[in-house]
Amino acid sequence: MDLRVALAGLSLKNPVMTASGTFGYGQEFTPYGDLRTLGGIVVKGLSLKPRAGNPMPRVAETPSGMLNAIGLQNCGVETFLKDKLPFLPWRETPILANLYACDPDEFAELASVLAAEEGVAGLEVNISCPNVKEGGVLFGQDPAQAARVTEAVKKRAGNKPVIVKLSPNVADIVAIAKAVEAAGADIISLINTLTGMAVDVRTRKPRLANVVGGLSGPAIKPVALRCVWQVSRAVTVPVIGMGGIASAMDVLEFILAGAHAVQVGTANFIRPDFSFRLVEQLPGVAREMGVTDLESFRGSLKTA
Amino acid sequence: MPIPYNRCKDVTVLSLTPHGPEGREHGLWLLELENPGLAKARPGQFAMLRPASWGFDPLWARPLSICRALPDRLVFNFLVAGRGTSALTRLSPGDKVTLWGPLGHGFAVEPGVRTLMLAGGIGIAPFVEYAAVHPTPGQLSLLFGHRPPLSCYPYEDLARTVGAESFQDRSAEDIPRFVELLEKRMAEHAGGLALACGPTPFLRSVKAAAEKYGVRCQISLENRMACGVGACLGCVAETPAGERVQTCTRGPVFWSNEITL
Ligand SMILES: Cc1cc2nc3c(=O)[nH]c(=O)nc-3n(C[C@H](O)[C@H](O)[C@H](O)COP(=O)(O)OP(=O)(O)OC[C@H]3O[C@@H](n4cnc5c(N)ncnc54)[C@H](O)[C@@H]3O)c2cc1C
Ligand SMILES: Cc1cc2nc3c(=O)[nH]c(=O)nc-3n(C[C@H](O)[C@H](O)[C@H](O)COP(=O)(O)O)c2cc1C
Ligand code: FES
Repeated sequence: MDLRVALAGLSLKNPVMTASGTFGYGQEFTPYGDLRTLGGIVVKGLSLKPRAGNPMPRVAETPSGMLNAIGLQNCGVETFLKDKLPFLPWRETPILANLYACDPDEFAELASVLAAEEGVAGLEVNISCPNVKEGGVLFGQDPAQAARVTEAVKKRAGNKPVIVKLSPNVADIVAIAKAVEAAGADIISLINTLTGMAVDVRTRKPRLANVVGGLSGPAIKPVALRCVWQVSRAVTVPVIGMGGIASAMDVLEFILAGAHAVQVGTANFIRPDFSFRLVEQLPGVAREMGVTDLESFRGSLKTA
Repeated sequence: MPIPYNRCKDVTVLSLTPHGPEGREHGLWLLELENPGLAKARPGQFAMLRPASWGFDPLWARPLSICRALPDRLVFNFLVAGRGTSALTRLSPGDKVTLWGPLGHGFAVEPGVRTLMLAGGIGIAPFVEYAAVHPTPGQLSLLFGHRPPLSCYPYEDLARTVGAESFQDRSAEDIPRFVELLEKRMAEHAGGLALACGPTPFLRSVKAAAEKYGVRCQISLENRMACGVGACLGCVAETPAGERVQTCTRGPVFWSNEITL
């Protein structure tokens, strides 16, 4: 079965990509599978300068999910381009950079550095991180701010597609999606984590040093599906869905709800060969479900 | 040559038993798994274990030190700490466990150098393999601090190979006495190598004593881990320079002056 997906100028071998922050810089997973078999790889969120992130503890387990408050610890864009990107099979698999900055100008600067790189296939703009004080999710909660960041990145992105990643922590995700589409987003990806919290009655302390963090994993799949369904019907640009994907059936559910492609996040922690196995399993499960091509299957959810 | 993508395996449980007559009562267990080809594990390395039966809860695999890597089986010793480890006690022979490893850097092996192993509780686990594969085991000694009876731990095997002494903590007042003993052994060990594994307060005492007596010392950290492969950044430890490094890939064994505790 042909699993190829054309996505705003990107050609993916299959719809399965890995989600930012859950696949390191890719190299961490080389002992567990062939990176070239993946539809795409989104690397850990990058900022202009390296960031140390939040204090420990910064992860906690919850029923069917996890909380993280990593706070965008990363090596900075320069080290990424020098030490990490050359290891990635960027000629064979699209490598997408995930961008984080504190204001639109900084986003633009980061975008121009990354857009100049042959090995970077596209830019995913993180306007939805709940774990950083400056900027972070705030850009993603206000349509006007979200549009400003999108415009700033788009102007400096050259011919690289710009993906804007949305937060579910908003009253009206469709309004944000329409605003970033109007501002030039080529693709919309969703969802980032939901803000959550866990406490320990024994120590009477929050389980995260940051008190609150981002909830991800199977626990958030219903919210993610709802967002993908709402947004994909309201915009004309393609949508990448993510949130709790943990089986080939989940991938099909997201495509049925309207996603062109998906990203796998927390499931990469369930086992490090997870995404590779998913790619292998997808054709069989699709066949079993009577799916013959993704194009006609996409968004064909019967709601009447 | 094709790269062997063989580091994540679904292996079979061979046996699971409480460790010794009082193991069940104290939550100390011995788990044996089929060895999927980890013969080259270095002592102090660990594996991530996730029973197939877990579904999505618990979500993460649990890190356990490789207590023995034998050609036909992997041996782990674990203490029931919470829901993951208590779920491990419900495994039966024949069950499947997803395993990846060996992970991280193990302890330094310096043949011919006097090496003092400092174990707190279940922190004794990695030293079983350490003593078993060390080229000059005559140079090894062990100080073991524990609360449950000795029979709950793989102590006898070790004591047969190395100079070993144990100290049972029966009450809170025993802790300062143990720290005193630890300092004494450390003081006698100047010029040698010390290796430690155990709870964080124990590691703090070890680090302080090593600094006080100028002993080169490695400590193994047990930070909470989600992925075990360096990707999630959940397990980081802090260096004196303020850098945050992954315990799973840069550790779990660090030189004691490389990290703050
Ligand atoms: C490299 C490494 C090697 C280890 N080797 C062994 C071993 O050989 N034998 C063994 O018994 N244990 C070992 N541990 C500790 C073991 O992984 C934890 O006890 C286990 O993950 C706790 O899971 P849980 O679901 O039972 O506890 P949870 O329900 O998650 O938590 C219960 C309690 O345990 C504490 N805890 C949680 N995770 C850890 C952790 N990673 N380390 C220490 N305490 C924790 C929590 O703070 C909490 O108080 C090792 C840990 C690491 C990182
Ligand atoms: C540990 C961790 C780190 C993350 N880091 C980033 C990041 O740097 N940038 C980003 O846009 N999203 C980040 N995310 C969010 C994921 O990319 C994804 O949107 C979210 O986890 C939902 O998908 P999932 O349920 O499949 O994990 C992170 C998630 C986790 C769990
Ligand atoms: S456990 Fe994920 S980075 Fe160490």
